[in-house]
Amino acid sequence: MIIFNNVTKIYPGSKIPAIRDLTTEITRGEFVFLVGPSGAGKSTFIKLLFREQLPTKGTIYFEGKNIARLTKGQLLRHRRQIGMVFQDFRLLKQKTVYENVAFALEVLGRSPRVIRQKVPDALAKVGLLGKEKSFPSELSGGEQQRVGVARALVKDPLIVLADEPTGNLDRENSRQLMDLFETINKEGTTVIIATHAWDLVDRMQKRVIALDKGRLVRDEKRGSYDV
Amino acid sequence: MFNSLRYCLRQCFVSLRRNFWLVVVTACIIAVSLAILGGFLLIAVNVNQIIANVESGVEIAAFLLDGADVADIGDRIIRLEGVEEVRFVSKDEGLVEFGKSLGDEELLAGLEGDANPLPDVFRIKAVSADIVPQLAEEIGAIEGVEFADYGEELVSRLLNLTGWLNTLFMGISVLLALGAVFLIVTTIRLSVIARQEEISIMKYLGASDAFIRFPFLLEGMIMGWLGTLASTMALGAVYNKIAAFLQQDALIFFLRPVTSPEKLVPIFIGLILLGTLMGGIGSTISIRRFLRV
Ligand SMILES: Nc1ncnc2c1ncn2[C@@H]1O[C@H](COP(=O)(O)OP(=O)(O)OP(=O)(O)O)[C@@H](O)[C@H]1O
Ligand SMILES: [Mg+2]
Repeated sequence: MIIFNNVTKIYPGSKIPAIRDLTTEITRGEFVFLVGPSGAGKSTFIKLLFREQLPTKGTIYFEGKNIARLTKGQLLRHRRQIGMVFQDFRLLKQKTVYENVAFALEVLGRSPRVIRQKVPDALAKVGLLGKEKSFPSELSGGEQQRVGVARALVKDPLIVLADEPTGNLDRENSRQLMDLFETINKEGTTVIIATHAWDLVDRMQKRVIALDKGRLVRDEKRGSYDV
Repeated sequence: MFNSLRYCLRQCFVSLRRNFWLVVVTACIIAVSLAILGGFLLIAVNVNQIIANVESGVEIAAFLLDGADVADIGDRIIRLEGVEEVRFVSKDEGLVEFGKSLGDEELLAGLEGDANPLPDVFRIKAVSADIVPQLAEEIGAIEGVEFADYGEELVSRLLNLTGWLNTLFMGISVLLALGAVFLIVTTIRLSVIARQEEISIMKYLGASDAFIRFPFLLEGMIMGWLGTLASTMALGAVYNKIAAFLQQDALIFFLRPVTSPEKLVPIFIGLILLGTLMGGIGSTISIRRFLRV
């Protein structure tokens, strides 16, 4: 489903590559942790996949297509298959929980009927039924991040990309969130998570791709955070 | 498509409300600039009509040489095609008219009889205005006629004056329009800034560029449209008053204002389109410069 082929990314104005000659493959339905020290290139990996950034060298294939070669319409379709989850949640403060999740469908031009049907489903999945009318400021960090996950899920993405989703959460909330990602993954969605939360990585026993200074240094099927 | 449109409309009105006072000021500037432009257009239409009236009312004056055969010349003029009416004004009558027009007949004392410097004159009316120049030329060629004149001076002065007014009004309108466009750019920029975060989230959610841009475009156009609506309404009311006033006072016929809808409606529709276009241009500039999608 995803193939990185000798991918190098050098940001304009910088000499050191953020990703260096990286080759790997991720298949449909996988659950992958991206780990590595700060500046290793985890966020860059995710930005390349979303095609927020283009590789300097090499090719990234998504569902068989070179994503550097997508037309405008194809790029939109590509991004619409991806659900993004952020460290800082990125919810709209002036919208309620329900509206935040519905927004992901409005932006895609879905009808009110579809929205009314899908949003409660997504909120149920993340365990936030009953909080529809709350504003983000009235929620705990863990709840806010679950709204973020519901927003990513509501459009039935092929893949969920999360960049340090537990970065602003306490231990208990982080654990719950990872369990949520595991459930989502069990229902068939591919999940890729960049994280520093070593204890969770160790506990989950999923595939671990470790980066260091842009290089792929380790790739284990049932890996842990450290060697 | 329909769902997106509804979202865009809603978004646009939220923005308009958020920037309420700025929107009001911008719309007012647009209103003023277009009111001036519209006023100028109305004046131009009316001046054109006045010129046409003056031209059609213009008489040709044929000045005769001393000792010319008045009866023969009168005959030949009457036989020319397009002549409606011929009136003979002898040099004596001419002197009396001239004295009256000066308001002091005593001034001309001593110029009667052989000392009279004025020529005999035929005053000729044509059946229509457009043949006046041609007719004047033919009359001027008649033997015994020194020259024929039809007030081209007055007409050319009017044209000159309107030329000046045109330039002046155009200049002012263009400056005001530029100011209005600039204000729209600023207002839309503020809207863009206010929604920066939302826009970046929308990109991650897979919104198309058009979907992100359209509410801003609409916002600018609505501002332009509101401004023009206000200006055309004010202009219409003022013009109506003036027109009614000019019509009730039995003024000279050529000062009658233009009231035919065929001439006025296009002006007002044009103004509304122009205002909307200005709004569109302003927001497009702003979107290009400040909205990174
Ligand atoms: N937009 C950018 N422009 C220039 N350099 C960048 C940009 N984004 C990241 N970098 C650089 O690329 C390298 C990799 O950054 P990246 O954000 O991918 O690391 P990371 O693994 O996500 O780190 P962290 O764990 O701190 O989030 C770093 O050296 C960083 O300074
Ligand atoms: Mg990062």
